[in-house]
Amino acid sequence: MEEKKPSERKRSFKNTSNIEIKRVYAAQDVTSDDGAMGLPGEYPFTRGVQPTMYRGRFWTMRQYAGMASAEESNARYRYLLEQGQTGLSVAFDLPTQIGYDSDHPLAQGEIGKVGVAIDSLEDMEVLLQGIPLDKVSTSMTINAPAAVLLAMYMAVAEKQGVSLARLNGTIQNDILKEYAARGTYIFPPAQSMRLITDIFAFCSEQVPEWNTISISGYHIREAGSSAVQEVAFTLSNGIAYVQAALDAGLRVDDFAPRLSFFFNSHVDFFEEIAKFRAARRLWAKIMTERFGAQNPRSQMLRFHTQTGGSTLTAQQPDNNIIRVTLQALAAVLGGTQSLHTNSRDEALALPTEESVRIALRTQQIIAHESGVADVVDPLGGSYYIENLTSSIEKAAAEQIARIDAYGGAVKAIERGVMQRDIQDSAYAWQQQVESKERVVVGVNQFQIRESAPRGLERVDASVGERQKTKLAALRSRRDNVRVQAALASLTQIAASNDNLMPAVLEAVRAYATLGEICDCLRRVFGEYRPEETLT
Amino acid sequence: MSQRSFIRVLVAKPGLDGHDRGAKIVARALRDAGMEVIYTGLRQTPEQIVEAALQEDVDVVALSCLSGAHNYLFPKVVELLRQQGGADILVLGGGVIPEEDIPALKQSGVKEIFTPGTTTQAIVEFIRAHAIQK
Repeated sequence: MEEKKPSERKRSFKNTSNIEIKRVYAAQDVTSDDGAMGLPGEYPFTRGVQPTMYRGRFWTMRQYAGMASAEESNARYRYLLEQGQTGLSVAFDLPTQIGYDSDHPLAQGEIGKVGVAIDSLEDMEVLLQGIPLDKVSTSMTINAPAAVLLAMYMAVAEKQGVSLARLNGTIQNDILKEYAARGTYIFPPAQSMRLITDIFAFCSEQVPEWNTISISGYHIREAGSSAVQEVAFTLSNGIAYVQAALDAGLRVDDFAPRLSFFFNSHVDFFEEIAKFRAARRLWAKIMTERFGAQNPRSQMLRFHTQTGGSTLTAQQPDNNIIRVTLQALAAVLGGTQSLHTNSRDEALALPTEESVRIALRTQQIIAHESGVADVVDPLGGSYYIENLTSSIEKAAAEQIARIDAYGGAVKAIERGVMQRDIQDSAYAWQQQVESKERVVVGVNQFQIRESAPRGLERVDASVGERQKTKLAALRSRRDNVRVQAALASLTQIAASNDNLMPAVLEAVRAYATLGEICDCLRRVFGEYRPEETLT
Repeated sequence: MSQRSFIRVLVAKPGLDGHDRGAKIVARALRDAGMEVIYTGLRQTPEQIVEAALQEDVDVVALSCLSGAHNYLFPKVVELLRQQGGADILVLGGGVIPEEDIPALKQSGVKEIFTPGTTTQAIVEFIRAHAIQK
């Protein structure tokens, strides 16, 4: 029988992962297993990947941005860099993310809406104009056509006279979570995995500082998962990529140091901090015990964090500044390597310049004023945090074993296992909100009568037409013989086992468009068609 | 034809948007409320959605879009439904939709727009009050 607690607000206290939270934690709650915490910079990296962490250098402040045309996005990037942002993060529009040119029928209505429209190298040149690629690191949220956008970035670097060896940045390149949670897939899983391992192999030789993948739990969480599911499914996907690369003949310590991760920072403050610590420890163990990684950099889970977009409310949007502050603080206390803080108005529209500035200032205040960056892993040794870190690690390891039992992440996703689990958690969350078991300030409690928000950011409808005009001009101006030759060679290589990257790069240099390149691959690889199931 | 005892709903994702958390939650809530629900999955063109709506003989089409393409996609669905004999079908929209876009969407024939923070109960009640059951 559960002990009655008449003096407490609730019968039981649980976090998003359904882990029961005790009234108070003490020495006996931290077992010798938790002693595996070690020191920052030491295996299993529970306390951080570097010994000095933010005493050496702050996390990279990296706001995800991109909208409309390359010209307008370039202006936003320059503004952010002037405001003290330290890295770029490029948001592409949906046609770009799914490999359609702006003149494709399916692109209509979507051009430039959730990010910048990129049809060819020409657009990429404008996007990066005046930005020194040897000094700025750039993260690109691109998955199915990641090889093409990376090739465009490399081609711009060539034109700037920057050697590939000096390029620094990240492509998301994580197709498995697209099938499971985000939706911008193109090709079937096996062919997608081949593209990914081709990128690993190419970059390990040519672009050694590039993060070749950002294995992302962010979107899994946004789709509704718990913190434990976020860790488990992300690391399961990570295992699948490592295995695919090994199967393709790569050596673990040649590519694993360039694997990076991307997590959400959600509403439950301590659960999130413990989640980041648990993910680091679990990945270090997986890389060492399962894959025999020797290089410490192969064992380190380095990650980017974004505050939880789905936790923003359209009601009383200024309250989101406080939510974002707490989530950003959790990411910093959890040892993130880079951070995006959401803007207050993102449940309503794309953020305005003013909102983005407040979001960036939030990070700067945490970094420069709060003092939390002066000490490494200040919560290490807390009875609660250490207990919770171990609980999350254990629960995530159980879920990973379950995915393994299905034959790994690819099989589990093909069978809809992750998708169903995520949907169930999302539905349970919604029910908690509607029953007011979970309070969302301004939404189901503390509401006020509000007038419609004014001054929201809008993407001009003329962007699509301008982009299409530009594209038509390019198609008639370029050397189409060279384009056709490059595409023919790409098609041939796609059908072979050779690495695709050199052929993609040549097609990009010839100003073949993203859509043309992806169409070649579609013809050889086919397209992914999911079976939709509702739980 | 005898009247069905339940309301039939097509939940659809027009365009390229991959955010389907809301669509799936609404689909499940409508089903839990006793309606029959068909979910299209991602990346449907307005033409595909209308074809499915007519083929499945639905009373309601519930559109979800978070990519900002709603001003293009929602009216297109309504227009095609009217052209193809589905004018009596109740069309609803949901997603990240700025308030200033709502009057024009309603003008085009979308009966109601549900924005972030809406309860599934409110959607259930709206459909019960407005759907013309076949």
